[in-house]
Amino acid sequence: MSGADVEARLREPWSDLETDDATAFARQRDGATFGIWVFLASEVLFFGALFLTYTAARLANQEAFAAAGRETNIIYGTLNTAILLTSSLTMAVASQAAEKGLFRRLTLGCLAATAALGLAFLVVKGFEYREDIEKHLVPGAHFALSQAPAQIFFGFYWLVTVVHAIHLSIGIALVTRLTIKGWRDADFLKENPQVEVTALYWHLVDVVWIFLYPMLYLPGRSG
Amino acid sequence: MSTTASPTGLADPDELDLRLPVSYLAEGHSVRSWLLTTDHKRIAILYAVTITVFFFIGGAAATLVRLELATPEADLLRADTYNKLFTLHGVVMVWFFLIPSIPNTLGNFLVPLMIGARDVAYPKLNLVSWYLNVGGGMLAVAALLLGGVDTGWTFYVPYSTVFSNTWVSLTVLGVFTTGFSSIATGVNFIATIHLLRAPGMTWFRLPLFVWAMYTTSLMFVLATPVLAVTLLLVFAERTFGLPIFDPARGGDPILFQHLFWFYSHPAVYIMVLPAMGVVSELITCFARRKVFGYTFMVYALVAIAVIGFFTWGHHMFTSGMSPFAALVFSFLSFIVAVPSAIKVFNWTGTLYRGQVGFESPMLYALGFVGLFTLGGLTGLFLASIPIDVHVQDTYFVVAHFHYIMVGASVSAYFGGLHFWWPKITGRTYPETWARFAAILMFFGFNLTFFPQFIAGYLGMPRRYHVYPPEFQIWNVLSSAGAAVLAVAYLMPLGYLTWSLLFGKRATNNPWDASGLEWRTTSPPPRQNFFGSPQVQGGPYNYHPEGVAPVHDQPRLPSQGSLT
Repeated sequence: MSGADVEARLREPWSDLETDDATAFARQRDGATFGIWVFLASEVLFFGALFLTYTAARLANQEAFAAAGRETNIIYGTLNTAILLTSSLTMAVASQAAEKGLFRRLTLGCLAATAALGLAFLVVKGFEYREDIEKHLVPGAHFALSQAPAQIFFGFYWLVTVVHAIHLSIGIALVTRLTIKGWRDADFLKENPQVEVTALYWHLVDVVWIFLYPMLYLPGRSG
Repeated sequence: MSTTASPTGLADPDELDLRLPVSYLAEGHSVRSWLLTTDHKRIAILYAVTITVFFFIGGAAATLVRLELATPEADLLRADTYNKLFTLHGVVMVWFFLIPSIPNTLGNFLVPLMIGARDVAYPKLNLVSWYLNVGGGMLAVAALLLGGVDTGWTFYVPYSTVFSNTWVSLTVLGVFTTGFSSIATGVNFIATIHLLRAPGMTWFRLPLFVWAMYTTSLMFVLATPVLAVTLLLVFAERTFGLPIFDPARGGDPILFQHLFWFYSHPAVYIMVLPAMGVVSELITCFARRKVFGYTFMVYALVAIAVIGFFTWGHHMFTSGMSPFAALVFSFLSFIVAVPSAIKVFNWTGTLYRGQVGFESPMLYALGFVGLFTLGGLTGLFLASIPIDVHVQDTYFVVAHFHYIMVGASVSAYFGGLHFWWPKITGRTYPETWARFAAILMFFGFNLTFFPQFIAGYLGMPRRYHVYPPEFQIWNVLSSAGAAVLAVAYLMPLGYLTWSLLFGKRATNNPWDASGLEWRTTSPPPRQNFFGSPQVQGGPYNYHPEGVAPVHDQPRLPSQGSLT
C-alpha cells in the first residue's frame, strides 16, 4: 500500500502514535484482532452458560431428553452442519486471500459464497421450524410429548437456535457489508483487519453450532 | 488538533496566549459535540452525569424504605409498594450506579492518561457503550414508571418467571442491555492497557489504579455474558413460555441461582477492585510514600479477580447443596480474604512513617479502609457455614454487603472524584466543606448500617416492611443514620456544582502527585499530552530511594496542600 492509503485508513488513537504510518497501521491491525479475541472470550462464556444449563437439565431428565432428541429432524440438522462447515472454509479462504492482498476476485467470490451459505442455513432452519411447529414441538398446552421435562429440551432448543440464528444473521450482515464495499472499492479488502475480525466472529458462530448439533440432534439416537 | 490557541483553554483566562492547545472541555460547546464525542474524557463526563441521576433515583427509593422501617407497623407504604421500592433500589444501585461508577467515569477518564495514551483503543465503541448503558437505564426506568418490579434485584425464579405480575421482562431487558455496555468497556480497557502503553510504561510500572481497571475488565468480559444468558432465560420463560427453570416441568430453580451468582458474586469484586485501585493512589499520594509492596498489591488484585470467580456458591448454603460443594465454596470464600487482607495491610504499611496529610480525598480513603475491613471481616462470618445458616437472609447480610458496596466502594468513588476533580474540571472545590462531607459520610454510614448487624444477628429478616417491636431501636438508629447519610451525599452535589462555576482555577498538579495524568494541563487537551510521554521509572516516586523522609516540615502549598 502507498503511504497516502495507509494514512487514510489510520483511525484514532492509532493515528496519533509516535511512529511511522506503516508501524501504526500494523498496530491498528493487531488492535482489531486482539479486540475481537477478547470479545470472543466473552461469547464463549455466554454460550458456555447455555451449554451448562442444558447439561444440568439433561443429567436430571435423561429419558425425557432422549425422547425429545428423537423428535428433532436430523436430516435438516445434518444438512445445516454441512452448510455451516463449508461456509467456514470459504470464510477462511477469503480471510487469507485478503491478507495477502493478491486475489481480489477470489476474496470477493469466497465472501459472497460465505454469505450465501449463511443464508442457506437460515432457509433450511426456517423449513425445520415450520415442521417443528406442525409437530407441536413448541412448549405449552399443546405440546406433543407426554413427558414434562421434554418441554425443557424444546424450550432450550428454541431459545438456543434462535440466539444462534441471530448471531449468524449479524455475521451475514457483516460479510455482506465487506462484499459490497470490496466490490465497489478495489483496495478496500487488501490487508484490511475487518476481514479477519469478521472471519473470527464467523468461525465462533460455526463452533457454537458444532456443539449444538450433538446436543440437539443426537440424544436418544444411539442404538 | 487546533493549533490556534484560544485563551479560554488556558488555566487562567487572563494569562497570555502561550500557544497551548485548548482543553477538552473547550473543544466545542454544542450538545452534538458532547453526544457524538469519541473523547474518552468527555464520555467519562457523560457517564458521570447518568450515574449521578441513577444514584439519586436509587437513593430516593432507599430513603422511602428507611422511612417505612422507622416504625414496626406499616404506616407509610403498602407491602406491595415496599417490595417494588427495595427492588428498584437494588436494580438501579447495582447495575446503573455501582457497576459503572468508578470504571466508566474515573476509569474512562484516567486509564489513557495514566498509561500515556491519546485515547482508548476503540473510541467509537466507548461511545456506543454509553448509549447502551443509557438505553438499558431508560428501559429500567420505564418499568418503574409503568408500575415497578417486586422480585428483588436477584430476579429469583420461579417467582420472577411464574408468579410475579409486575414489569419483570422490561427490567430484565434493561439490565441485559446495560450488560453489553460493561462488556464493551471491558474489551476496550483490556485492549487499551495491552496495546497503548507509552514507551517505557511496562506492566510493573503501571499505577495500581490501572491494574485494578485491568482486573475489573477481565471480570466484565468473563462474568457479564453469564448474567446476560441468565436474564435471557428468565425473559424467554416469561415472554415466550419456554420453560427452563420451571419446577413443575422438571426444571431446577437452584440452577438459576448458580448462574445468577456466577455473575453477581464477581460483580461485587467489579465494584470493589476499582475502589481498591483508587484508594491505592490516594493513600500513597497523601502519605508521601511509595506504596508498600507494589508487586504484592498487583498479585493481590489478580488473585481476588481469579478466586472471586469461584466463590459464588456461598450464596446458596441454605438452598440445597452437597456438603462437599458447601465445604469447597466455604474454603474458597475464606481464601479470597487473604489477598484482601494483604491489601489492607499494605495500605496501612504505606502510612507507616509517611507524612500523612488529611486532605479530603485522604479522609475518604481512610474511611474506605475502615469500612472495607469491617465489611470484609463480617464476610468471613458469612463464609463460615454454621454462622451463615444462622444469619442467612437477615439484616446481617444486608449490613455486610452495604459495608463493601456502599461503605467501601462509594467512599472510594467520592475520594477519587475529589482527588481528580481539579484535573477533570480545572477547578478546585471548597476543601473545608469537602472534609466535613467526608467525615459526615463516614459517621452517617456507620450509624445507618452498624445497627443492622445487630438487628440481623438477633434475627430480623430482610425484605419485610413490618417487624416485631423489639427491633425498633436498631431500625430507628439506622433510619436516623440514613438521614445523615443523605445529607452527606447531597453536600458534594452542592459544593462540587458550585466549584464548577465559582471555584478557583486548579494548577496542573495541585496534590503534587506522581502519576502521568498530572503531567498535563488541568483540564487536559483533547490529545491528553503535549508531545509524547516517555516513562523512565516506576510509579509513586514520592521520595527518593535510600533517603530518609524529612520530618516535621510544614507542607508548602506547592507540595500538595490546598489548605
